[in-house]
Amino acid sequence: MTQGLVAVCYLASAVLFIQALGGLSHPESARRGNLYGIIGMSLALLATVIGVVSANYTILIGGLVVGGAVGLVAARRVQMTQMPELVAILHSLVGLAAVLVGFANFLGHGGVTLSPAEKAVHDIETYLGILIGAVTFSGSIIAFGKLSAMITGKPLTLPGRHLFNLALLVATIWFGWVFVRDSPLGGGLTPLLIMTGIALVFGVHMVMAIGGADMPVVVSMLNSYSGWAAAATGFMLNNDLLIVTGALVGSSGAILSYIMCKAMNRKFLSVIAGGFGTGDGAAAPAGEAADQGEVVSVDATETAAMLADAKDVVIVPGYGMAVAQAQHTVFEITKLLRGKGVKVRFAIHPVAGRMPGHMNVLLAEAKVPYDIVFEMDEINEDFPDVDVSLVIGANDIVNPSAEDEPNSPIAGMPVLQVWKGRTTVVMKRSMATGYAGVQNPLFFKENTRMLFGDAKKMLDGVLKALSDAH
Amino acid sequence: MKIGVPKEIHDGEMRVATSPDVATQLQKLGFTVAIEAGAGRTANFEDEAYRQAGVTVLGDAASVWSSSDIILKVRAPERHPALNVDEVDLLRPGQMLIAFLWPAQNPDLLKRLAAKGVTALAMDSVPRISRAQKMDALSSMANIAGYRAVIEAAEHFGRFFTGQITAAGRIPPAKVLVIGAGVAGLSAIGTAKSLGAIVRAFDTRPEVKDQVESMGGEFLDLDFKEEGAGVGGYAKVMSPEFIKAEMALFAKQAAEVDIIITTALIPGKPAPKLITADTARLLKTGSVIVDLAAEQGGNCELTEPGRVAKKDGVTFIGYTDLPSRLPTQASQLYATNLKHLLSDMCPKKDGTVVVDFNDEVVRGATVVKEGQVTWPPPPPKLSAEPPKPSASARQGAPPTTKVVEAKKTGGAAGPMIAAAIGALALYFVGAYAPAEFLQHFTVFVLACFVGYMVVWNVTPALHTPLMSVTNAISSIIIIGGLIQISDANPLVMWIAGLTVTLTAINITGGFAVTQRMLAMFRK
Repeated sequence: MTQGLVAVCYLASAVLFIQALGGLSHPESARRGNLYGIIGMSLALLATVIGVVSANYTILIGGLVVGGAVGLVAARRVQMTQMPELVAILHSLVGLAAVLVGFANFLGHGGVTLSPAEKAVHDIETYLGILIGAVTFSGSIIAFGKLSAMITGKPLTLPGRHLFNLALLVATIWFGWVFVRDSPLGGGLTPLLIMTGIALVFGVHMVMAIGGADMPVVVSMLNSYSGWAAAATGFMLNNDLLIVTGALVGSSGAILSYIMCKAMNRKFLSVIAGGFGTGDGAAAPAGEAADQGEVVSVDATETAAMLADAKDVVIVPGYGMAVAQAQHTVFEITKLLRGKGVKVRFAIHPVAGRMPGHMNVLLAEAKVPYDIVFEMDEINEDFPDVDVSLVIGANDIVNPSAEDEPNSPIAGMPVLQVWKGRTTVVMKRSMATGYAGVQNPLFFKENTRMLFGDAKKMLDGVLKALSDAH
Repeated sequence: MKIGVPKEIHDGEMRVATSPDVATQLQKLGFTVAIEAGAGRTANFEDEAYRQAGVTVLGDAASVWSSSDIILKVRAPERHPALNVDEVDLLRPGQMLIAFLWPAQNPDLLKRLAAKGVTALAMDSVPRISRAQKMDALSSMANIAGYRAVIEAAEHFGRFFTGQITAAGRIPPAKVLVIGAGVAGLSAIGTAKSLGAIVRAFDTRPEVKDQVESMGGEFLDLDFKEEGAGVGGYAKVMSPEFIKAEMALFAKQAAEVDIIITTALIPGKPAPKLITADTARLLKTGSVIVDLAAEQGGNCELTEPGRVAKKDGVTFIGYTDLPSRLPTQASQLYATNLKHLLSDMCPKKDGTVVVDFNDEVVRGATVVKEGQVTWPPPPPKLSAEPPKPSASARQGAPPTTKVVEAKKTGGAAGPMIAAAIGALALYFVGAYAPAEFLQHFTVFVLACFVGYMVVWNVTPALHTPLMSVTNAISSIIIIGGLIQISDANPLVMWIAGLTVTLTAINITGGFAVTQRMLAMFRK
């Protein structure tokens, strides 16, 4: 295969990748889009193997088969509630691959002669590719640990952590300069290795400082980084397909981060700076709670009665639903109510859960039809007509103080206005505050009822009461 | 403790203070319940039904009064026609009486109760706080009164409420004006609306607009700004200018509407005169005015409290006993309110009540405690609809706008600086970078824009599949491994082999999990 043919295959792959992302505008076209992605990837692989590879086929095939099998098994076995963890660990692999390719490239190229300027640019590309790759790798590993609760979700706030980060940045730039200086003389491996170490530390420290509920931003940010790492590698290898794909993925992750930050009314930088909220949420001081008024609690049977009497029901799922694995019960209740002619819809806040679109995937897994699942902007105006809103394990995303308490830490964050409906039932384990550590006046509203307990158990109770009455 | 429920003796009173259902629930709290024979008959609760609920039916009033620890009544005590003694004299020290006592209007009654050494709770004095809503008998009765007001109006109104197009011609819908959108007013709005009428409503408190609209009424705005909410969510006396503007509005409406239901009351004050004789004259012949404030003197000058009067073709309904005209419903709700109060006072569910003055609700309702007049209570801490949110929102407004302005000025400078930095960076790239780099750079920047355009179109529901598929395609970095795998240097070869393995995990894992997720999204 000639260089020209390989290039044409790469072009086709790039177009197919764009199609794959474009298809995601609708669930129907998304499946075909994914197919385009697979074809694009196969095409690129084939062209490279046939056109470029000239030896060591055993290792190549071995690597592909082993890796492919591991990936396939992981994808089959993973639970939908663990999607954020899987995505994080896959990001770390991309980061690690970028680091490895960078080092191999640095060690391997000797034959090609470059002008001094070209050499300098090439070295910078190598340096950047390894830097971004290493940050992605260690950051994703920590994100994986936090998401799977192996590492505490609380933000780690070291004293002087901003200074520490700054020092790491300065050191990175300094070693970059040393590397570009030494590399044409045959040296440079030492600064490259030191920088890799620094980047790994930086990745760990950055994600450690970010609390559990900011994870949607972190996961999408790492998604973006893995793209930039691929793009930097593309520059290094003079490969346009890598550059295009890296740019696509990088901008995709950046947009997701932006959407997530906007949904929390936070600045990207302040999220990355970390240290927000307490993660697990502390119980509000008794005095403060008393001032708010009285909480009316109900049991599962009463909730079932309210749902059965309603005409228009909106369910607002939050991370609590994912933790309790309650999505299947939710769907059973939905099915029963819809069978009785009750209009049931789902309202999804962009940052509900631990990664963008997390709730949608869980509901899809439970076979909830996607045409009754609505985004915040699509459904917020309908709340005044809603008879019962069922909030499952969500807190800050339904907090009215975001709208009418200018001094609140979450002021200005767009929220689902459940309190405008006739009745709201909030399912929660306790009166503890949410991630932002602010009390939620919703719980004290006259038309709010609290259903305390584990979401799964309570919903099972509701389902039983509903089907008994049926 | 023993609860006794005597028959109501007030002329025309048809309610009773407990129903068989509620009596069962009271027994679950540990009380024993006795009732005077025939007490529930006017409310359609037969003695037999009480007996089946485990209630002792006693033959005469005197034995109910003497054998009970707690007396539940609807109306305040008055002279008993059969026994020829005042009900207050039937009480003995240590007994408890719960009824509508209207302490503000009946200071003498309080003194006599105190002299008897009893404890008395006035259901009308239960504070209006969220927790006490289930004991708020005034709201329960107001709800019934509002409903009944529309029914009474319908009886005296010669036409349909609902509009129809029939073979015999078009029937216009009735137009109803409800003045005062409290519990009774809202209930009237809902009832009239469900009968098919066009309903308009007015209230001095603009914050009730949403509630009016939620009941299907049209809120009449007065182009005059004055805060109308007083303590406890009730209305307060308005300024003369406001009243003038209000009167003009009523006069204008009077010429248009067929039915006016007035429910305007201010606590502790005579009812405001809203419909003057002049305004009433503007009404069409056949119109009906229902004055729910008749007992407090009436909102309409021409109302005759307690009866129906017809003047100049307009019917004025001044019944003061509207809840009693729906006796079954009223008794049920009142009995339930009483039960909630008793269960609040009986925290151990052992049939003994405690008058705990730390409980805001009990403190508010108790007008006489063990022979001491304890009315009026200290003012309640929380109003049912706290004006706080609106006040804080107003205080909060100026800083918010300032922030927005600050952002705007910052926003104008931001893009300029960014553009300058971008231009400078591009200049250096163009001036010093090798040609090959520029070519790749072009591709890179264009690809970023393509990515930007494409990804904004992704539906938020598919953000998780988006992440997993981008994950898969970013493993295109495998090409780097493939290029290096044929290298002669074994170290490079092994590193490349590792790269291929890792990225292969990512490729199959990413695509497979995306496929799995997308397959789940269905209609």
